[in-house]
Amino acid sequence: METEGVGRMEAEGNGRGYLAERGWRSWAFTLDHKRIGAMYLWTTTVFFLIGGVFALLLRLELLSPQAHYFSNHTYNIFFTLHGSMMIFLFIIPAIPSGLGNFFIPLHLGARDVAFPRLNLASYWVFAAGFLVIIGSLVAPMDTGWTFYTPYSAKTGAAVTTLSLGVFLIGMSSILTGLNFIVTIHKMRAPGMTWHRMPLFLWAMYATSIIQVIATPVVGVTFLLLAAERVLGVGFFDPAKGGDPVLFQHFFWFYSHPVVYVMILPAMGIVSEVIPVFSRKPIFGYKAIAYSSLAIAFMGFLVWGHHMFTSGMSPLANAIFSFLTFFVAVPTAVKVFNWIATLYRGSITFESPMLYALTFIFLFIVGGLTGPFLGAMATNVQLHDTYFVVAHFHYTMMGGTVMGFFAGLHYWFPKMTGKMLNEKVARIAWALVFVGFNVTFFTMFIAGTRGMPRRYAEYLPKFHTENVISTIGSAVLALGILVMCWNFLQGLRKGAPAPSDPWRALTLEWRTASPPDVENFHEIPRVADWPYGYGTPKA
Amino acid sequence: MSHGSTGSRRTYFAVFAALLLLTVVTVLVSYVDLGLLNVVVALLIASVKASLVALFFMHLKGENRLVWGFALVPIFFLALILLGTLTDTMLR
Ligand code: HEM
Ligand SMILES: [Cu+2]
Repeated sequence: METEGVGRMEAEGNGRGYLAERGWRSWAFTLDHKRIGAMYLWTTTVFFLIGGVFALLLRLELLSPQAHYFSNHTYNIFFTLHGSMMIFLFIIPAIPSGLGNFFIPLHLGARDVAFPRLNLASYWVFAAGFLVIIGSLVAPMDTGWTFYTPYSAKTGAAVTTLSLGVFLIGMSSILTGLNFIVTIHKMRAPGMTWHRMPLFLWAMYATSIIQVIATPVVGVTFLLLAAERVLGVGFFDPAKGGDPVLFQHFFWFYSHPVVYVMILPAMGIVSEVIPVFSRKPIFGYKAIAYSSLAIAFMGFLVWGHHMFTSGMSPLANAIFSFLTFFVAVPTAVKVFNWIATLYRGSITFESPMLYALTFIFLFIVGGLTGPFLGAMATNVQLHDTYFVVAHFHYTMMGGTVMGFFAGLHYWFPKMTGKMLNEKVARIAWALVFVGFNVTFFTMFIAGTRGMPRRYAEYLPKFHTENVISTIGSAVLALGILVMCWNFLQGLRKGAPAPSDPWRALTLEWRTASPPDVENFHEIPRVADWPYGYGTPKA
Repeated sequence: MSHGSTGSRRTYFAVFAALLLLTVVTVLVSYVDLGLLNVVVALLIASVKASLVALFFMHLKGENRLVWGFALVPIFFLALILLGTLTDTMLR
């Protein structure tokens, strides 16, 4: 990228940059996208850790075939809280609203997002949402994160309150998506054409479109559910002319596309990290860019694959199964291009790269187990077994969360102005990698042997798998703790970060670490794509 | 921005009157039993009203192609959710 004055920037770095102002007001009322992004990151990470504690409790209970430590009903509450927190309060907002907020304007060479006030509003709507969700703990939810009727219409748990909370979270998600769409259209630095944008931006653009189009549907669905519970309207109650499967249609019309809200931003991060640590230009730039849009679009065509056993019409079953196989195509396009980028590169294994490669590996496992669930015949066997639990943890945790970790390690120097201890980061990575696979691969085995999900008790023949899985979860948790400790240590006493520690070419590395409030002293001019690695430029 | 052409006060009042009129029509039609067509008619009238609001009150009429694109694309997704759901519920 054509930029002068890198040396000058470097000399100026390592003040406190955007972090200079102190006091709670400087955060609560900030319009700075970087601070708003940071607030999202802190908040979502806290919910990730709480959700993780619930996960460990689930694993603890599953150590023995009988319900041992707490009751069946408590178990139901715990997996519901684990699932809903991980989905609504962590994985959906973490990368887009956290890292996206922080880095979209920096990637664009802009001073902020298009609507800074709306951005702040989205955070506070989010905060209102999680407060309402915490309020719903007076009668904790026990429906699973999917809220399926008819049970959700009847249970005494605080479904209405929780729905309202999720409604607010969804609204915040829409505001963020809208903001990003306008920002990417309108705020690109001079010279930054669409095809010179970093691939993270393409991914975030596709993500935002899904957020804006799909989220209103789930918002309205939860309002309908609330109307059914509070006013007794029979949208989903067959006795009143309603249809419980209709709820599933509406729910999955949102919730399938939203798995791409989770995964696309992580794919964007991987597309940034892989070329930097291979010192090679990204292979297939346009293919990766447009496959993001293709994924966003095709994600809307396949929601029925969650409902093969719900009594849908045979024609609908066949159509949804048929279409499901096509979503694999644009995803595979990305994977092949990443691998082609790695091919004959000068690869180094710094922590961001370790997590990015882990993403590719685990996501391939998660992705390739998808078609077994998308094919009707095998779905009937595997539906609602631990095979599904393993599949979606490989995609969501093995995929998205690893991509998120890659992003955190990659951008930590930029966000904080401090370097991380690389050695500790690699130890944490090793624990996470081993722990993850031990925890979740065993679930594939238990699942194919027929162990159903969402039960505190199981047949003794699944005992071995479950013991192994619980041991794995302890290793995984240890790895995550070490990683968090490393972040805190880095924040406190990390060595000062140069402006471009990884010799990367995207624009965020052309300004100080941490960046100033206005990001750039002068808006950069862009004359090239940002992937000229291994060429004389970098 | 190019809002000038739609901005006159008279147009706004005319649109407002049209919206009121259509509301009255909706109410009246609901008293006539058309079977399944009742829903169709109600949705049609509602769509016309929404279009009027978008075109005039929200100034879509004078907007550029990009904004039109963003306004029209979601209709496709609406059609999609209807189509997908009806393929199930009508053929079950
Ligand atoms: C520490 C790592 C984790 C462990 C040990 C873990 C463990 C589990 C287990 C055992 C279940 C199945 C409960 C049952 O069906 O009886 C479950 C469900 C679930 N997990 Fe995790 N999990 C972890 C991380 C995550 C992450 C990072 C996410 C998403 C970002 C996630 C999302 C979910 C969801 C959506 C469910 C389904 C809940 C439901 O059935 O309603 N988990 N998890
Ligand atoms: Cu799906």
